[in-house]
Amino acid sequence: MESTILTIEDFSAYFGTNQVLNNVNLSVAQKKVTAIMGPSGCGKTTLIRCINRMHELVPAAQVSGRILLHDKNLYSMNPIIVRRKIGMVFQKPNPFPTMSIYDNVIAGYKLNGIRFGKRERDEIVEESLKRAALWGEVKDNLHRKGTFLSGGQQQRLCIARALAMHPEILLLDEPTSALDPKATAHIEELIAELKKQVTIIIVTHNIAQAARISDFTAFIYLGELVEYGTSEKMFTVPKDKRTEEYLTGKFG
Amino acid sequence: MLEEKITELKRELIGFATLVERMIEKSVKGLHEKKRESLVEVIERDEPKTNALEISMDALCASMIAQFEPKAKDLRIALMVAKMSSDLERMGDHAVNIAESALFLTEKPLVKPLVDIPKMAEVTIKMLKDSITSFIEENSKLAQEVCERDNTVDELKDKILSELIILMSQDPSTIERSLHLLRISGNLERIADLSTNICEDVIYMTEGKVIKHQSKNW
Amino acid sequence: MNNYTLSLRIIKDRGFKTLVILFSFITIVPLLFILFHIIKNGIGVISWQFLTSLPKPVGEVGGGIANAIVGTFILIVMSCMLSIPLGVSAGIYLSERREGWLASLVRLSVDILQGIPSIVMGILAYTWVVLSLGTFSAFSGSVALGIMMLPIIVRSTEETLKLIPEMLKEASLSLGVPYYRTLLKVILPAGASGIVTGILLSVARVAGETAPLLFTAFGSPFMDVNIFKPVNSLPLVIFNYATSPYPSWHQLAWGASLVLVGMVLTLNFSAKLVTKRWKVQF
Repeated sequence: MESTILTIEDFSAYFGTNQVLNNVNLSVAQKKVTAIMGPSGCGKTTLIRCINRMHELVPAAQVSGRILLHDKNLYSMNPIIVRRKIGMVFQKPNPFPTMSIYDNVIAGYKLNGIRFGKRERDEIVEESLKRAALWGEVKDNLHRKGTFLSGGQQQRLCIARALAMHPEILLLDEPTSALDPKATAHIEELIAELKKQVTIIIVTHNIAQAARISDFTAFIYLGELVEYGTSEKMFTVPKDKRTEEYLTGKFG
Repeated sequence: MLEEKITELKRELIGFATLVERMIEKSVKGLHEKKRESLVEVIERDEPKTNALEISMDALCASMIAQFEPKAKDLRIALMVAKMSSDLERMGDHAVNIAESALFLTEKPLVKPLVDIPKMAEVTIKMLKDSITSFIEENSKLAQEVCERDNTVDELKDKILSELIILMSQDPSTIERSLHLLRISGNLERIADLSTNICEDVIYMTEGKVIKHQSKNW
Repeated sequence: MNNYTLSLRIIKDRGFKTLVILFSFITIVPLLFILFHIIKNGIGVISWQFLTSLPKPVGEVGGGIANAIVGTFILIVMSCMLSIPLGVSAGIYLSERREGWLASLVRLSVDILQGIPSIVMGILAYTWVVLSLGTFSAFSGSVALGIMMLPIIVRSTEETLKLIPEMLKEASLSLGVPYYRTLLKVILPAGASGIVTGILLSVARVAGETAPLLFTAFGSPFMDVNIFKPVNSLPLVIFNYATSPYPSWHQLAWGASLVLVGMVLTLNFSAKLVTKRWKVQF
């Protein structure tokens, strides 16, 4: 039986009066890959942005309900602390353009004014790049700017940057939708390795990808959590008719 | 990901085959040595296991296909394993039939010395063992060779049939026992047939060639 | 379509193209004219002595624009000190808040400010600063010039920052970096080239303003670095010497014009260079 790292309880989210998520209840298993799938606009991206409290940066955004990380409500913590425990990688790779690869990886510390000795910094950079399967390709170019890397490499740089903060959970928002198939395959292999150390929650609109890489899958439709279960069962014998229709391509 | 799933699939199938092998051995041995307990074991304990295994293997194959969308050989593996598992389950049913007839025969004196049935069983069990080996090793040559042994089993069955016909026409009191012996040999022959099915599946899996429903010389 | 109509169309097409190219050339002419004249008339005056000595009373030979160059420099530095913090901050604010009463008010004020004539600025600075301090001063001049620089800096800062993709901000925030640090360490550096360009262009704009300096900096024959005293500057030199009746002073005016135009051109080219070298690709 897996242990639960994150519990989402009776959670709803709004943009002003527009309700985007309706009463979601979900338990995320630790050190597993949980995929959140659904058609465009169903609320899946909003859900993960509520987990690391980025949703509230939009004016008129509101939430109700609780999200518990190991029994502590994220919404009663300082959002800055939440975002350091829960990292995020975005759809389009976004390394900081004015910084070198080295500086990008430790950006989370540097920008926060947290200082380390040179050796410690080097260790963090090397460890994070190795975990993101990028070390070999950039170790001789650490002080060049990140923008000369390919799309897939830039995305792995963003993953390294997030990993450097040693988050407990890594949120991936459609991380491969801007990448070519080869880069996508690299990232999927990386995810299979990473889940041994970090809990991963990935949003994807690509059903095949969700099926391939996840241990658990949640299907969100029109702001509701329609079904949640092991990927083995979800893709062969879904319980809800809407899930069945989504998987067989009847909509979305 | 996919490779791990395939390894799991193969492992489960091998476990299933081992169970069925033991069932056949126990049934025939139980007949030979008049061991009632092992025969009862086959019927009551082992057979339900084979049913459960077939169901779980079906689910495993289905989830592998749904999750990984395998292509080419990987897809053939998934499909053929599903078929092999249903063949194994049927073999289990035949082993149960053998055990049931054996149970009847253990209480009665022999109609003739048991020579051909043990021989048939030996060939059949070896065919099953080798068909599984050909699956593990992805060895289509071995699979082909096993298919050819089916003739031996057929000949043995015909021999048993003719002998028992003579026996039954000479002495009507042997009819009931003979019919049970015939049933046993018939079931052994079906098991051998199912083993050749497995071999045909192995050949399709490894080479993509279909040799089903053709004459034995190809 | 018959051959006649077709060839007529081709002629019209070519004619239009020729006209456009011709008019484009014509727009370069004034600049070439100006540069040619200034260089022709001013180049003879430029000398080391010209650039480093103080103005002499009329009749005496020699005289230079040293204090005007220094004065212009002082005025620019001080007006930058006034306008850059205010302008960049307002630009940041506007780029963050698209709506809201304060943002609309700031935008409106900046637009109107841009249209106020420079001489009016001068008069205002005279009333606020010169009369309060009781003296003409470089400080009052820089107040006038600083206010004139504001709209350009605000606008270019706002436009530059608006072009920075939202996801850069999000990347920083998602690492648990507080908002103000994100602004200072990620967004501003990424927009540095645009902001600096805006500043350089605004300096180029006010470097040659004469009217506001007439009643604020006022001009002086001395070299004085005290900002609360009157100070000489290049536009004032040009004004005073050109409108004087002495031909020798007219010469000096051409020389000063050349120096001033040279300065402005340098600033413009620097702005282009900054954009090229520093611009961040997203």
